[in-house]
Amino acid sequence: MRFFGRGHGACQGCGLVIAVRNVLDALEGKCFVVNPTGCLEIISSQYGRNAWNVPYIHSLFDNAAAVASGIAEALKALGREDEGKVVVLAGDGATADIGLTLHGMFDRNHDVIYICLDNEAYQNTGHQQSALTPFGEATTTTPAGKLSLGKMRKKKDMVAIALAHGSPYVATSSAVLPADIRRKVKKAASIEGAKYIQIHCPCVTGWGIDGKDVVRVGTLAIETALYPIVEFERGKLVTVRKVKDRKPVEEYLKLQRRFRHLFTSPEGKKVIAEIQKIADENAKRYGIDLKK
Amino acid sequence: MKIKLNIGAISEPLQSENFKTGDWGTEWAVVDKEKCAACKVCEQYCPEGCIEVVELNEEKFAVVDYNYCKGCGVCASVCKFEAIRMELKELFKIEVC
Amino acid sequence: MKKVVRGFYSIAYAVKLCKPNVICAYPINPQTEIVENLAEMYANGELGNCRYITAESEFAAASILVGASAAGARTFTATCSQGLILMSEVLYNAAGMRLPIVIANPNRALSAPLSIWNDLQDSMALRDAGIIQVYVESNQEAHDMIPQAYKIAENKRVMLPFMLCLDGFKLTHAYEPIDLLDQELVDNFLPPYTPQAYLTTKRPLAFGCYAPPHIYMEFRVAMQNAMERAKDVMAGVFKEWAEVFGRDWGGHVEVVYPDAKNFVVAMGSLVGLLRKVVDELRKEGLSLGLVKLRTFRPFPVEELRKALGNAEKIIVIDRSVSFGYEGNLSIELKSALYGFSAEIIPMILGLGGRDVPKDFLEKLLRDAVLGREKGGFKGYKEFEEVIP
Repeated sequence: MRFFGRGHGACQGCGLVIAVRNVLDALEGKCFVVNPTGCLEIISSQYGRNAWNVPYIHSLFDNAAAVASGIAEALKALGREDEGKVVVLAGDGATADIGLTLHGMFDRNHDVIYICLDNEAYQNTGHQQSALTPFGEATTTTPAGKLSLGKMRKKKDMVAIALAHGSPYVATSSAVLPADIRRKVKKAASIEGAKYIQIHCPCVTGWGIDGKDVVRVGTLAIETALYPIVEFERGKLVTVRKVKDRKPVEEYLKLQRRFRHLFTSPEGKKVIAEIQKIADENAKRYGIDLKK
Repeated sequence: MKIKLNIGAISEPLQSENFKTGDWGTEWAVVDKEKCAACKVCEQYCPEGCIEVVELNEEKFAVVDYNYCKGCGVCASVCKFEAIRMELKELFKIEVC
Repeated sequence: MKKVVRGFYSIAYAVKLCKPNVICAYPINPQTEIVENLAEMYANGELGNCRYITAESEFAAASILVGASAAGARTFTATCSQGLILMSEVLYNAAGMRLPIVIANPNRALSAPLSIWNDLQDSMALRDAGIIQVYVESNQEAHDMIPQAYKIAENKRVMLPFMLCLDGFKLTHAYEPIDLLDQELVDNFLPPYTPQAYLTTKRPLAFGCYAPPHIYMEFRVAMQNAMERAKDVMAGVFKEWAEVFGRDWGGHVEVVYPDAKNFVVAMGSLVGLLRKVVDELRKEGLSLGLVKLRTFRPFPVEELRKALGNAEKIIVIDRSVSFGYEGNLSIELKSALYGFSAEIIPMILGLGGRDVPKDFLEKLLRDAVLGREKGGFKGYKEFEEVIP
């Protein structure tokens, strides 16, 4: 049974759609999808070209969590909760910037699985920086220039924000780990409350990579510890995807156009060193390095 | 003649299947069914959902629906058995002078 | 059952009788007591299949209702002023998605400067959104309007949000003897909400799709058509209400002394005072009638043209301003009466809760009818603006 149709408008090799297909498969289509404005919405829900085969609603850019909360409550009021799970599929901008209204959903613990599809910028409007854009990336609003080396702020820690709200299940995953996505989504579906899963989704157009590099780049993000794959249940860290021989961040950065500017100047090298520090901190914090 | 207009821009499911995106790419995924182990990993990764393991004459192997294959190359990059290769479409096999 | 209750209680009670499924609350003066009363009813199990949500902002409250309504729930919230403007993005969205959300809006002035007191600037700001707007004169009318609001909004030929406007504090906080509606009669009048298209896994539909240029315009024309149909649907519901409940609030417009040569046109609770003022002035021999505008959206052009077709002078009482032009009602009325030769005298008064005493109104109207008054802002102190 196809829960997300073919013929949608995503770029060739789009990481978002890999994640979405696995999310819907994990829930066997028994879900209500709330999707704020962004790439996913634009490629899948044009009037007359709907790609979805699950109940779906697009409202605005900034209110996905609230709309999802409303659906969850309506299902409770109408005695229809077993129809399916309410799932938000939101981009990083719609989550960590304009969509930070999701704090209300967390605060009242509505029964929603909030999935942030993290392609690390406002990709639909042409690659502008968001709160989840990593340190050192060049975007159209934080371009590399004579005075600038790209975005000079780190990724907002949405996992920490979700945990601070007492979310019963918080996890990260990646579009290059489809089985991991499915396991985590199934786990989230079995827990009641406001859950948060952040999925790293490579973006061919925005990151400047080819479709055939999507899996390699996504895997390197994990293998450099720049994107820790973790799982928290009731506030406790329960799983971490460990890495045997952690790769230096350069191997990841050099494959992508969005970091290319870091390789052309000595200042750029300093930024790479900063990024390596971030990776080292992540590894330390979550225990990513597999001890021999 | 009046067209049908769904109130509030509501759309029926799976309308996207009417749009054959197979003409997007310069390449297509080609499966070597001898090498294919029908492990279904490619099915999980394909962004389009256009590669499926089917059973034909007691053989199981992956089949690509060329109506929708955009030629992204993700399936070829994940196939552990190197059963998928990306082949340039006939249309693009041109000499550049 | 007649009880002396405050306006906000009568609204909360009427909402309870309509058996909503999802109620959202966020505090703002002067509507807070409406949602507080509903919270008490909820806490005491009086609301049945209902979920009461304390939203984190009005924007969230409206968004929650969008999701709930799309999923097939009957919804309610109350807001005004800053809250209404904050949720305006969502309300435009809800109107476009044709969701029959009912909002009680105790009219309150807009910041800046901050004012919690009554005028009509807030709901006027939403007049273009595609939301039905009715302005009531009394708490009984507001109480009666709630079940009618649901019936009109949920009508398949309408499917638009409905905003019930009533003067903040002046009505919401006033004590009034209210003939509280009977649950059984309301149940017969207002059946449960059964939308044809809603979010369900049994029949997956996509709501809120985007519309490129080749199709967007059709959706907007459809909304306008729905507003046009709403005029008849509302007239039918008003009539049915009068038959079932024995209280006839009139149609879109109520005309008092239809044969007068001059008229004063107004909305909201001020109409109650104007009834007395008009009677007094008629005793003095002035030919003056009163037009109460109940429905502001859809704007009842035909009814107004019929009522004011032969008028010599029309005094329009506005309690909101479209800065850079005129009072909103005056603008709308002039447009509706295009081609008529009446002299329209626009009066903007009572902004931000400024008191409008009876004798002040009497003098104003008398002067207007006798040709001594040309209109403008009335009842304010002369000032000189300085930068400190």
